[in-house]
Amino acid sequence: MKNGLEKILKIEYLNKEFSIDAGSVKVLKDINLEINENEFISIVGASGCGKSTLLRIIGGLEKEFKGNLYSKNNKINKPGLDRGIVFQEDRLFPWLTIEKNIEFGLPEKINELEKKKIVNRYLELVGLEKFSKAYPHQLSGGMKQRVSIARGLINNPDILLLDEPFGALDAFTRMNMQREILNIWEKEKTTMILVTHDIDEAIFLADRVIVMSNRPGTIKKVINVELPRPRVRSNFDYIKIRNEIYKEFFEESEKTLEYYI
Amino acid sequence: MISLLFFRIRKIINGGMKLEEINISIERKQLSKRKFKWSNLVDEILMFGVPIIIILIWEISSRLGILNASILPAPSTIWDTLVSMIVSGEIFIHLETSLLRVIKGYALGSFLGITLGTLMGLIKKLDRALTFIVGIFRPIPVIAWVPILILWLGIDEASKVTVITIGSFWPILLNTIHGIKNTDKKYLELAYTLEKSKRVILFKIILPSALPSIFTGLRIGIGNAWMSVVGAELIAAASGIGYLISYARELSQPDVMLVGVCSIGIIGLLIDLIIKGIEKRVLRWNINIQS
Repeated sequence: MKNGLEKILKIEYLNKEFSIDAGSVKVLKDINLEINENEFISIVGASGCGKSTLLRIIGGLEKEFKGNLYSKNNKINKPGLDRGIVFQEDRLFPWLTIEKNIEFGLPEKINELEKKKIVNRYLELVGLEKFSKAYPHQLSGGMKQRVSIARGLINNPDILLLDEPFGALDAFTRMNMQREILNIWEKEKTTMILVTHDIDEAIFLADRVIVMSNRPGTIKKVINVELPRPRVRSNFDYIKIRNEIYKEFFEESEKTLEYYI
Repeated sequence: MISLLFFRIRKIINGGMKLEEINISIERKQLSKRKFKWSNLVDEILMFGVPIIIILIWEISSRLGILNASILPAPSTIWDTLVSMIVSGEIFIHLETSLLRVIKGYALGSFLGITLGTLMGLIKKLDRALTFIVGIFRPIPVIAWVPILILWLGIDEASKVTVITIGSFWPILLNTIHGIKNTDKKYLELAYTLEKSKRVILFKIILPSALPSIFTGLRIGIGNAWMSVVGAELIAAASGIGYLISYARELSQPDVMLVGVCSIGIIGLLIDLIIKGIEKRVLRWNINIQS
């Protein structure tokens, strides 16, 4: 690469519109973003700002858009095993055991013995070896989400896309899962892109927090979080960063508040 | 001891409990230990007591001469007839003939129903093409086909098996289509991100997720099949339970007729239990199956 640091993902002038009835709504406007290898990126924004759409485009699930996306210089226009996805809902098959659910992530052509080995490695990574034979409904919400993280990682993707993966979990489980995903990230060295509406979660995890504006979704601000991990939420610099991000949202909401008062 | 036996039977009839359900029911039991036991006992008394009381009243009325024995024989008479038919083996011959017809017709009906249902669920154009035909043919009672099928296929086994096939086919077809169409799109999207082939998507996602619905169809289907065979045999047959009943009518043997009728009910219940048992086994992941 020219600049020495390999860009694992490049987004150039990405624009996306949804057509509703007769008109169309601009969802994403002029998104430009470069993501380095082994980086942890959080994208925060209010609901409906297009952050999930952005992630779906990176994942190859949305086809109608303008602009260019490259993962390691390959143009993105469909899903690929180089990008794993973890959705907000666990999307585990209730008819398969935990190990079979994780194994589903692997291509069919790998032989059974090899499959078993890989599955066991990822079961261990997410700490669910004992539950390999259990069915999803026997697991708690946090455990299920760990299974889907294991499934997302099993092809050893360049990038793991996380679409509000802890959104449906309670506060305690959520904090545990945040620590867990950091451990996994440190072990696996996978580039992570996490979409969330939880500012605290974004700062706790990411190297860079990308703040998105609402309708049309644009990148409003990119904030570097240069605090050592594990991060302490009561740390002065941590709070400073949090206030900085809060400010981005409050400016907008203050204007709307006036109408309500 | 007897109440324990009753409890076992009740559990079997309810289809037994799944391992996972036991956890939940243990929690509930701990919450209301006393209440649970009482309602259990009341349930048993209701379930087994009511039929016993009816049979007792029936028996007493027959002995007192209130009921005409040539129209409605006493339960004890029916029992004696049943025992003698078991001893002579006559009842088994008829049951075997009927059951064999049901198995053949049901197997064919299930195969056709699941196959066509899967295709119609997957291919929208095929579904459209057949909507009208299904709409017209489905509401026709199976019995209406019997004379036509005799004309086409003769009086032999083929016409009876076909009647059963038709009877079991419709519910299986409709429930299969419903199950296939209701596959969660989120699962399909996941498979798309994992670059899965169409074959894997069909066999690992679509069919398993349609299985609960297909089983509903199979259960309704076997009920229909059993009813169809008796109907077909009542009209034209030289053996089978339906034939037994209609022949006994000609000889005015009400006790034999009632033995036939009761055995239809008992066999129907047993078949349903077997299908339920298979369902529990195949769908042990499905927490929505409740007893």
